[in-house]
Order: sequence, then structure tokens, then C-alpha cells
Amino acid sequence: MSVDLQTVKRVAHLARIAVTDEDAERMTGELNAILGFVEQLNEVDVTGVEPMTSVTPMEMKKRPDVVTDGGKAGDIVANAPATDENFFLVPKVVE
Amino acid sequence: MTDLTRLTIAEAREKLRGKEISASELTDAYLGAIDASNQAFNAYVAVTHDKAREMAKASDAKLGRGEGGALEGIPLGIKDLFGTEGVHTQACSHVLDGFKPHYESTVTANLWADGAVMLGKLNMDEFAMGSSNETSYYGPVVNPWRRSRVDTAVIPTTHQGDGGFVSPGGASKTRTLDNAQLVPGGSSGGSATAVSAWLCAGATATDTGGSIRQPAAFTGTVGIKPTYGRVSRWGVVAFASSLDQAGPIARDVRDSAIMLKSMASADPKDTTSADLPVPDYEAAIGRPVRGMKIGIPKEYRVDGMPEEIEALWQKGIAWLKDAGAEIVDISLPHTKYALPAYYIVAPAEASSNLARYDGVRYGLRVPGKDITDMYEQTRAAGFGREVKRRVMIGTYVLSAGYYDAYYLRAQKVRTLIKRDFENAFAAGIDVILTPATPSAAFGIADQDMNADPVKMYLNDIFTVTVNMAGLPGIAVPAGLDARGLPLGLQLIGRPFDEETLFQTAYVIEQAAGRFEPEKWW
Repeated sequence: MSVDLQTVKRVAHLARIAVTDEDAERMTGELNAILGFVEQLNEVDVTGVEPMTSVTPMEMKKRPDVVTDGGKAGDIVANAPATDENFFLVPKVVE
Repeated sequence: MTDLTRLTIAEAREKLRGKEISASELTDAYLGAIDASNQAFNAYVAVTHDKAREMAKASDAKLGRGEGGALEGIPLGIKDLFGTEGVHTQACSHVLDGFKPHYESTVTANLWADGAVMLGKLNMDEFAMGSSNETSYYGPVVNPWRRSRVDTAVIPTTHQGDGGFVSPGGASKTRTLDNAQLVPGGSSGGSATAVSAWLCAGATATDTGGSIRQPAAFTGTVGIKPTYGRVSRWGVVAFASSLDQAGPIARDVRDSAIMLKSMASADPKDTTSADLPVPDYEAAIGRPVRGMKIGIPKEYRVDGMPEEIEALWQKGIAWLKDAGAEIVDISLPHTKYALPAYYIVAPAEASSNLARYDGVRYGLRVPGKDITDMYEQTRAAGFGREVKRRVMIGTYVLSAGYYDAYYLRAQKVRTLIKRDFENAFAAGIDVILTPATPSAAFGIADQDMNADPVKMYLNDIFTVTVNMAGLPGIAVPAGLDARGLPLGLQLIGRPFDEETLFQTAYVIEQAAGRFEPEKWW
């Protein structure tokens, strides 16, 4: 499978990355090189093979449902580009 | 006085405990070396002078009372991927501009609890995506190793050589270092360079497809990627969560064992961290390998692999045979599919992990005409080319209609790759020996690699299988190529059997000797 310019622009939008026409042009070639490389996986017979979900056999760890953390709103917003009273500020979302 | 930066961690530990040197002296020696030569390497992106001196002072107080942890007073470099409280943590990306976390990663917290001293944060490929450390927002790292040219001059037989050496044939050989700058490998290029150039006693690193082992091999250092789950990922910037694992890069096998013991833990904050006690890895060093079964996988003999790599592999086989190990030819039939499967799984997970960089919660924000435009402009300006490429591939293979063809198929192939290893271990193989990389270090801004991303990806051809199967792997220096550059061998072990890797790697190290770059800086 390969991608065309339109697909690259659509994927860039899905990934929330602004691309110029020139970027998209270059990326089309690069992505097709990678997609061409991974094409060889089609040679492998995967009939009846379970997809890997966990690389080591382990049970998901569970812990008691109790509060172990919190009360650090100040820490959480400390690195944000724009905040107001422990809220993240973003451009207007709803008109 | 001897140069304190030349001491291994084990040697420094002895001298610190014996009060022959102080942690403050040792730390100052490293800070001095960094101030004098970091410019030549670009290994550190932030140097924490004050913090280092404070930590060293605290270590001296503890050592004075005869207390002190396993790494008390040992100065370490930390890869920029590890969250360090109040200190530069950007995964060497522009998108994390100015980020200073209000938390400490479990790995670094473990190191500080054992008394280690932080020298600063180390350069790396942006978000650990790269094999040459050239994708960093802070620019490439320079390998302390340089190619050398050997010139042979025929001289009169009557001449009595007093400099250099005179071979029996009467020819004198001189080694000239080439000026071309080489990459240290990646993504942990800053870690490998800092260890190799004596700018830290040891460094933390991470490995998603080879990012510890390939730079270790390119710089003559030792690097181990532990079993998935051995070291906590909590507080480490995520790239591909099912593959990422932290480990050390160190000057020798013993130092890497000492560091891993401190880095590893069972961590309730990481649900994939294994609830297993951490063994005393150092105790495994020196145990005989007699009777051990070493697997040699035929699929690691790839087309176009330089003769020197094959010769190095044969040397490794001979060393282990001489030590009494049994050499067994094995087959890992799905080896060739590991790299293509990786380039689906890793970008898919990365595209999801990197969705959080949106200009809202931390780091860079580029204004836009609405919120979507703000996201798109921020990510366009904040991510470098390689990161964008991988996020795009990941987004594409996970998008509607393509999931089964790409991601699901790759995860099935991953099951087969893991099964190959399981079969080998079930047949009695204790450890697998392979080359670490298909070549020695290459030049910065290599034309071929830059023109074709897949060429760069092929650097990880021998290491990536190990991440796909979640196994432990260690790279140990084993020789020099014709141009004087280090080459490494890789040992792959059973899950959570890092001890056997240290034990076997030490035998190789004893036979091969240690390798240090000629100082040009």
C-alpha cells in the first residue's frame, strides 16, 4: 500500500500537525519508503497466531481503591504556557 | 595525582569508602572535565553544578559517618528522558520547551536514594527516536572515537627506532587520527559519549529498539537493556510503552551491574513493573561459564555485513568456547521481520503517547486562529522531522481501515518473534551471542542515512528483536575495526536472567580487554 499527497494531508490533520504543501510532498516520499519496507510482513503466515498484548507474562497489578495522591493542582499547572487560578487557559472552544 | 575521572565506579567506590578521595573532589573533577570539553561533544544539554556539589557534600557527610549507599558519591549523567524534579527535562525536544517537572522518575529517585550525584542532563535523539543522536533539538553529539589511518613507512634496517615501534621487517607504523566527526549512535548518544569521554562515571539510558546497545557498541562502552518490567518506567518520557526500558551505560561490565542493581525495582507506580526481587548482579561476575549453552542464530548473518563484524562474532564464539561453554547453532526464523514489525508497533504507540503535547499543559505553545490550529501550529513547530515522520506513520497505521492490515498483523508477527526465542531457550540455550550492530560508528550528516530513513533504521537490525520479545540484552565491546573504531557483541538472555548476561559478558570483556578513545580534545 502507498499513500498519496491527499492522504498525507489527511493523516497530518488527524495527527494535529500543520504541514505546508512542500512538507506534505516530502513526507509522501518518506512515508512510502517506510510503508514499502514494512510490506514484507505480508509474507508471514499469521493464521491462528494471537496478537501480542503483553510482552512478559504478567497479571495486571491492582491496588486498593484508595486516594494515594492529590492536592497538587499548583504542581500540575506549573509548566503550562497559560493558566489562571489553577485552570489551563486555551483559545475559545465554544462560540 | 591520578585523574579521578578515569576511575571506574567500582574503583571510585573503594577509594570513597577508604576515604582516599572525597565525593566533592570526585564531583569537582567531573564538573571540571565537563566545563572544559562538553563544547567539543555536546553531550550535556544541562549541567547541574550546584546540585551536584550539594549532593556530593551530603555524600561526604554520610561517608564520614561510615553510612553511604551502594552508589554513595558516584557522579552520574542522566538522559534527558528521565523526569528530574526542578531540572531541565525535555526529551531533547522543542515541544517541551522550558519543562521542569515537579516530580522525580523512579529510576533517578532510586539512584539518589543510593547516594549517586547528578552532574546534569544528557543529549539524546528527540523523544529517543533515532540511531545517531542527530534528531536532537540541541544538535548532534560527537563521538569521542575517531577513525585512524595507519601509515607504514619502510625505513633502513640499520635504523634503531627509539620512538613508535619497529616491526621485524624494518617498517614503522604511525597512527594518525582523522578529523571527521562521527556519531555516537542513538538515541542514548549523550550517555554513551559522556561515559566514553570521562564526563561521568556512568549514565542512565533507555532502549526502545537498540538505543542503549547501539551507542554503547559505537563508543566502546557497556550497555544493558534489561527485561521489560525490570526497571520502572514511571516518570520517564514515554516513546513506545510496550518496548521502552531503561538501563545503564557504563565503562565496564561490573559498573553496569552495579548501576542496574540501583536502577531496578518493583514499583507500584508502574503497573508493568515486575514484582520480583532485584538480585545482586555484581555477584554474578566471575562465575564460570563452563557447560553453558551459547546459541548462535544463523539469521544474524545478514547480506552486506562487513567481514570485520563476522570476524568479531567468530572471536566471541572462540572466547566462550575456550572458557568451556558449548556453542550451539540455532535458528530464529522470524528475525528479518522484527524491524518492519517494529516500524509499525513503535510509531503506533508513539503517535498515541505524543498526543499529549498539545500546547495546553506544558511546554511550547504557538498561537493559532482557533484551538485546532493552535494544536497544529504548536506540534508543527515543536516536533522535529523524524518525530513527525513517526507520528504520521503511527497515525496512518492506526487509522480506520488500516488497523488490521498493519498494527494487528505486526502484533501477530511479534508473537512469532517471541516464540522463536522461547523455542531456543526451551531447547536448553542459556544465552544467545550476536553482533551488536551491523557496522562501526558512521559520520555525522552521513549522506546515505539522511537520504533514506530506512537505511538509518537498519542500524537496529540486531537489537530490535530483543525489544520485540521483551528480553534482556547487553552490548559489550569486543574489538576495533581496521580504522580503529570499537565494535561490540550482544548477548541475549532469558526473561529476568540479567545475571547470566553479566556473567557471560564479563568473560568476553576479560578476553577482549578494555577500549578507550585516544584523547584529541
